[in-house]
Amino acid sequence: MTAQSSRFILICSGKGGVGKTTLTANLGIALARLGATTAVLDADFGLRNLDLLLGLENRIVYTAQEVLAGSCRLEQALVKHKQEPNLALLPAGNPRMLEWLKPEDMRQIATMVGEQFEYVLIDAPAGIEGGFRNAMAAATEAIVVTTPEVSAVRDADRVIGLLNSEGVKPIQLVLNRVRPKMMASQEMLAVDDVTDILALPLLGLVQEDEQVIVSTNRGEPLTLGDSGSPAARAYTNVARRLRGEAVPLIDPSKERQGLRARIGRLMQTKIF
Amino acid sequence: MTLRDLIDKLLGRQPASADTAKQRLRLVLAHDRSDLNPELLEQMRREILEVVNRYVEIDLEEGDVSLATEDRVTALVANLPIRRARIPEPELTMAAGTPEEDSEGVATLG
Repeated sequence: MTAQSSRFILICSGKGGVGKTTLTANLGIALARLGATTAVLDADFGLRNLDLLLGLENRIVYTAQEVLAGSCRLEQALVKHKQEPNLALLPAGNPRMLEWLKPEDMRQIATMVGEQFEYVLIDAPAGIEGGFRNAMAAATEAIVVTTPEVSAVRDADRVIGLLNSEGVKPIQLVLNRVRPKMMASQEMLAVDDVTDILALPLLGLVQEDEQVIVSTNRGEPLTLGDSGSPAARAYTNVARRLRGEAVPLIDPSKERQGLRARIGRLMQTKIF
Repeated sequence: MTLRDLIDKLLGRQPASADTAKQRLRLVLAHDRSDLNPELLEQMRREILEVVNRYVEIDLEEGDVSLATEDRVTALVANLPIRRARIPEPELTMAAGTPEEDSEGVATLG
């Protein structure tokens, strides 16, 4: 639990709405459940939501802003999760902080947090402007989240370019909101297509799962329970792989059984 | 071509959209990554074709100079079918040399 062994992981995507915050919340809980002390930093000062997805929105007293200003101690600002005490949230400050916040400030906050936690997950804002650059400065490695859609993949590519130029590594990919049926009928970019285009190792595959919406309604991340819903399993597997466990990745579109799936595969065989 | 492509073609259906997505992405990313503006790229394309055309007769209709990208490395790919080599005129090339050809190139560009 020393600063040297802490991992500072940026969770980013470029495009908004692809599942950064959902991944941060679920991964945070999953890591905590695996026994790792974990802090999640909401670096999206403009449109903060991490508190809401974790169900901690009513327990915020201080934020990163007061910590930086020195008007409270870090411990006072950190909101500990009730059911999962290994997890704490450092809430984002006032949106007006964006006017003066600098990359050094984010680095300073992350370093302070890293002294107490093994994992520091930084939930980046969408876009590639100042807010994102601030968040990036606090990280040493990154997880890029994307969906199998052209706009999300294109934006992810821009972000990967920036991460590369800043020397953030490793950069790993989580492919979110995968629809196996559409992939099998070739109406959605295949898993291999996305990993080939972005040239990143795949850390996780998350299927489209209605339970994600239910869990966000409640403010209880899926990984908190043992529901075993596809997305919950996928998020837990991401946490395990992050910790170095060899959990096999299964492409759901290739795993589909039954006649329709078999016909689908037959249709994809090259004839000339 | 896959079985599905064949059936789509026979039935006059649109091909599966995933393939279209992949091709469009590859193209747009090659441009995004290179950070070349389209005008500059077009100018480079014309100049490359001119230079090659000095040495060999190429099929300008079929010729293609574009950006491609693989493993985050962007490459300039030229696919220029050669009709035939230009018959060299020794004295002319020796005498005229490059300056004249250069000015010719600039003239056509402008």
